[in-house]
Amino acid sequence: MVNNLAYMTGVIAITALVTWLTRALPFLIFGKRRLPQTIEYLGKVLPSAIMVILVFYCVRNINLTQYPYGMAEIISSIAVILTQMWRKNMYLAIIVGTVCYMILIWTVF
Amino acid sequence: MREFRFAVKQTIAIFFTYLFIGMAFGVLMNEAGYSVFWSVIAALFIYAGSMQIVMVSLLTAGAPVLAVAVMTFFINARHIFYGVGFIDRFRKMGWKYPYMVLTLTDETYSVLCSVDYEVGLDREKTDFFIALIDHCYWMLGCFLGGCMGQFLPWNTAGIEFSATAFFLVVVINQWQQYPSKIPFFTGIISSVIFYCLLGADNFLIPSLSVSLIVLLVLRDRVALRMEGA
Repeated sequence: MVNNLAYMTGVIAITALVTWLTRALPFLIFGKRRLPQTIEYLGKVLPSAIMVILVFYCVRNINLTQYPYGMAEIISSIAVILTQMWRKNMYLAIIVGTVCYMILIWTVF
Repeated sequence: MREFRFAVKQTIAIFFTYLFIGMAFGVLMNEAGYSVFWSVIAALFIYAGSMQIVMVSLLTAGAPVLAVAVMTFFINARHIFYGVGFIDRFRKMGWKYPYMVLTLTDETYSVLCSVDYEVGLDREKTDFFIALIDHCYWMLGCFLGGCMGQFLPWNTAGIEFSATAFFLVVVINQWQQYPSKIPFFTGIISSVIFYCLLGADNFLIPSLSVSLIVLLVLRDRVALRMEGA
């Protein structure tokens, strides 16, 4: 348990420190200088690639070769996409998708 | 306090997001066997929604601390770009300056970018209250989730999908806002390729790195679209 506590503290501390570093970095580096155009460009385009990859990361443990072939994830994702496109309401889309997923894994799969 | 009341109004949408995502995190932590104390500590010091949720799976997998550091950097690397527009605005804020820098989350960033100040408001005070109120909402959500997980009388299996749903909504919003779709396809293709090559546990960092390189290589094509819009 001591080991566990040390590990827990270490993980939270390192996550906090690295998060702080990413937030503070532009202030540390670009204090009063102009931002290089390459960085400005990456700041605009990288987030959308990162978020797509994060979606894959979230569903990485589904098994597409065996029943239920990740169908709960796929159906719930479609529910999120349709709700968001239709109502443009982030909270509603998240609630609909999550409830859909929970019902599917409790009852169908 | 006019500034405080104004800041509360500006952050109503964040109240719901943070309460919900924070609770999802608290419940996840609880299900993984970590008490509400750790959820609140994480909310106070880390204060990064997606990363905290990823951290739960890293914790339960017993990932090495170095891997956690690398993963945190890649997932939160987007924050590097947020501060750029706020350097002058935060610098003037004295003792509040470090707090503003360290609490610049996606949501606070988006509120600060779009805030339309009422006449006569102290802007520095308002910005500070927006950052502080968002942070409190997040801690409240994580706290409630951590408590509920302990006493929740019903089945919460599947609530982890709220993170996937959250990211998906962000992707849809960005898809609709971005003139160039190349970044999305870069993300999709690199994910699929490295998922097939390296498997579920090892594809994230190569996918992110290769996406960055591809986007640099395709810079002219992407930038052309961005300007054309």
